[in-house]
Amino acid sequence: MTFAGIAFWAFAISTVTFGLMVILARNPVHSVLCLITTFISVAGLFVLMGAEYLAFLLIIVYVGAVAVLFLFVVMMLDVDFAELKSGFADYLPYGVIVGVVLLVNIGLVVAAWQLPTEDQRTQPYLTGAEMTANPEGPNNAEALGMVLYTDYIHYFQIAGMVLLVAMIGAIILTFRERKGIKKQNAGDQVARKREDAVEVVSVQTGKGI
Amino acid sequence: MENGFFDFFVNRDWSVWWSGALTTFLQITFMVVVLLVGIAFLLLFDRKVWAAVQMRKGPNVVGPFGLLQSFADLMKFVLKEIVIPAGADKIVFILAPFITVVLALIGWAVVPVGPGLVVSDINVGILYLFAVSSLGVYGIIMGGWASNSKYPFLGSLRSAAQMVSYEVSLGFIIISVLLLVGSMNLSDIVNSQDRGLGILNWHFIPLFPLFVMFFISALAETNRPPFDLPEAESELVAGYQVEYSSTPYLLFMLGEYVNIVLMCAMTTILFLGGWHSPIDLPILNAPALGIVWFVLKVVFIFFMFAMVKAIVPRYRYDQLMRIGWKLFLPTSIAYLVAVAGLLIAFPGLADWFHSWRAA
Repeated sequence: MTFAGIAFWAFAISTVTFGLMVILARNPVHSVLCLITTFISVAGLFVLMGAEYLAFLLIIVYVGAVAVLFLFVVMMLDVDFAELKSGFADYLPYGVIVGVVLLVNIGLVVAAWQLPTEDQRTQPYLTGAEMTANPEGPNNAEALGMVLYTDYIHYFQIAGMVLLVAMIGAIILTFRERKGIKKQNAGDQVARKREDAVEVVSVQTGKGI
Repeated sequence: MENGFFDFFVNRDWSVWWSGALTTFLQITFMVVVLLVGIAFLLLFDRKVWAAVQMRKGPNVVGPFGLLQSFADLMKFVLKEIVIPAGADKIVFILAPFITVVLALIGWAVVPVGPGLVVSDINVGILYLFAVSSLGVYGIIMGGWASNSKYPFLGSLRSAAQMVSYEVSLGFIIISVLLLVGSMNLSDIVNSQDRGLGILNWHFIPLFPLFVMFFISALAETNRPPFDLPEAESELVAGYQVEYSSTPYLLFMLGEYVNIVLMCAMTTILFLGGWHSPIDLPILNAPALGIVWFVLKVVFIFFMFAMVKAIVPRYRYDQLMRIGWKLFLPTSIAYLVAVAGLLIAFPGLADWFHSWRAA
């Protein structure tokens, strides 16, 4: 077994284990932490497949930003677990339906797989560089950029617009303008001059200003 | 590599997998040991600079000029009792400082400290560094939550918001540099700043506003003063570290300093020409001298970090957020658009910036 093979098994096992822990952990914060570990393991699998750009993008976007906010919210929620579990039976039918649909989807994908032949099984594991279609050609990020900004430019733009709309919506929903509070205006502060603020007076003794 | 002096540190024999793995392990161990010893002296340097600004002597008792102070501190930290609060989430509580220090250390895997002197010269090096530094927030947020106490929790929430905010502008600044270079490999980024004019070819000249913004964002990203709001002692006791003692606290502090030096190294690579000499003479640019220039530049940026700590008062939280979102983000996006626009409008300029590829 090569080093890449060992790494594959380590990442694969940790992906499955922590994926299971996400739904088995009793504490929701532990669930989120396990989810993050799953993301990182999957990123490791991406690296082994030679998709290093995708791997680090996954870590930066999902683990570095999305999951942090996720953790943020879950930590601040004061969840009553007894209450949460009491309604479990009511939702069971819906859960079962979603589960069956997902299972059928996965089944359809897995059914299309083929078991490796004897030749393929005896082959050594491929490293990332060997798996890349053309090692001499443009690297990951360049190849992705070339199709993303040409063939798929419209999808890319539409995805950006959808995100922008979602962001504006979220801001409008939570924004409330409060009247009558003091606000700091950095521009005014910087524009303030000595002459506006300080006055030099010579006071005669016993007279005051 | 042709220079035999560094052969051991860069060559790996992967014909047998265990020998490759063993060499890699030894190289990593060497790098970490050198880094940690360096950090011990940088910590002392930090305190000495701080003391000098305030006209004190700083640590001067342990060893000559107090040189061994950090090692004395280490022994003291390690020998103290580890206190875990009764209501704490024990696993996460212990895990948090380890995550901080491990994430800070693995970032160094892709940092080229000299020509070819790097543990792993990957194509997406700068993305890796960015990813690792964006993960650093987990140590703090886990530590704050697991302590099961109000002040640590408030501190970690502040810290998470602060680090996520400043990552955005850091990202845009890095993209501007990448546009000039045309590669995400850190060695390529350094090599693209070597055009025969020495210091005049470094990226901090065409991108000076970004250089300043990167430095300030790095201060915020590493929770350094004047942006050390996660541990603001006047408001939050000591923020996310309140419940930590002994070795776990040491690990938090160590991780923080390794992160700071990593940010200094990133600034050096992106803007200050990495291992190249400021004056382009063959004798000054000898491969063996590369590491000296790199260390000098990192120490210079670290000196700036220490000076800022000594002379700038702490920011208020809303001011911190205002700078991040209302000043740095629009400015860095505007600069990015300007750089991209100039490179498209003047193909000759783009060719000149990307000419290192042909060399």
